[in-house]
Amino acid sequence: MKTIGILALQGDFDAHRKAVERAGGRPVEVRTAKDLDACDGLIVPGGESTTMLKLLDIENLTEPLRQFAGRKPVFGTCAGAILLAHSVTSPTQPSLNLIDIDVERNAYGRQIDSRVAHVEAGGQPMEAVFIRAPKIRRVGPGSTILATYNGDPVWVEQGRHMVTTFHPELTPDSRVHERFLEKVSTLPSRA
Amino acid sequence: MYLSDDFRLKVGLAEMLKGGVIMDVTNVEQAKIAENAGASAVMALERVPSDIRKEGGVARMASIRIIREIMDTVSIPVMAKARIGHFMEARILETLGVDYVDESEVLTPADEEHHIDKKSFKVPFVCGARNLGEALRRIAEGAAMIRTKGEAGSGNIVEAVRHIRTIVKEMKQLTILGKEELVHESKNLGAPLELVEWVAANGKLPVPNFSAGGIATPADAALVMQLGAEAVFVGSGIFKSEDPDSRARAIVKAATYYNDPAKLLEASEELGEAMRGLDVSKIPESELLQTRGW
Repeated sequence: MKTIGILALQGDFDAHRKAVERAGGRPVEVRTAKDLDACDGLIVPGGESTTMLKLLDIENLTEPLRQFAGRKPVFGTCAGAILLAHSVTSPTQPSLNLIDIDVERNAYGRQIDSRVAHVEAGGQPMEAVFIRAPKIRRVGPGSTILATYNGDPVWVEQGRHMVTTFHPELTPDSRVHERFLEKVSTLPSRA
Repeated sequence: MYLSDDFRLKVGLAEMLKGGVIMDVTNVEQAKIAENAGASAVMALERVPSDIRKEGGVARMASIRIIREIMDTVSIPVMAKARIGHFMEARILETLGVDYVDESEVLTPADEEHHIDKKSFKVPFVCGARNLGEALRRIAEGAAMIRTKGEAGSGNIVEAVRHIRTIVKEMKQLTILGKEELVHESKNLGAPLELVEWVAANGKLPVPNFSAGGIATPADAALVMQLGAEAVFVGSGIFKSEDPDSRARAIVKAATYYNDPAKLLEASEELGEAMRGLDVSKIPESELLQTRGW
């Protein structure tokens, strides 16, 4: 069974823990660089991207995370997608540039504009929870769009990495987490 | 109720705040300090609880101008407080677009019998509780997040500890009871049977359970998280200390590493004076904030 690390600096890491279990992986919480050693893949959860950025910086986790991503799959949801993006606006903030997308924060508005919607994933409808969600404004040529909502890409993958702007960890549908586990299982690891 | 899309979104935002620190701020400068220190949200209010305690008078919803300025300045969620039972303050805050409303005992109650019917709002609510019955009554009314009341503005953790321990213990007790006993407990707790049964089956609240009221140090934050809180609210503890900026950072670190004593030591080092605390047993009954609401 594959071990999936969940970055547990802040956010809905507990919801991801349950989602990984449902999809057939073994979740572990990651708070230090050493915690990464046991992981076959890493999920960066939803939460506040500014809070996570501060803690990554203060705890010197940015470089170990980059190195991990150079070898193994990383999956970001919402705030996690913001951290993994090439560039971030509204406001402009640093990101890890692991996946070639540009992201605008809080692009749908505030909490009262949060929504449960049906997105289109591979010709199939999928329930998606958007909470103060970002929008993917640009998708690089090397990336594949796996789901859209009102024409906007909401699930994108590039090589071993993957992001969603919605929260698959908050719905019982396991397809997104299963896809990540598949990537973790099949992609050759140079570790 | 638990599966409606609206309620899932309300609880969903609370999920995003877990492991974080929600900081009381009274102006834009403080909100910026909080965001830069890594706060996961800010709570906009006119006066921090320790000043409300000192100055007295009627404490109301904060000035709209200040809340709006804070919303325009920070990118993290902005919460604001409404008086207990004051559903029109809440309606105004919802219309303004705040991300969460705290129906709070820190403000002067507007209604001594009724809390707000929170189900009729699109904006999510957090409410204070001292025990399981109170928590479940608020959830029944539509609260999507519970926080212990503690004793706001006291800088003394003893009441927050009492409240989180009480709620956790009362939940544990439910898990070993039979069906007919749960009916009896529902009566004792003054809470709907449906919610009592849910807690008995799951051993936890159906919404996130945070802690507030007296947290002044990184160690305080770690303590309530060890006892079962999933995130912390810090009111007077930050901006009534000698060193708001470094204290805010230290408490953020403590909320993440509450299970890592070496990191907690790092967080506790080089801090200045914490806010001056109050002995809760010396506060006259009539001045306690936690007894507001039921």
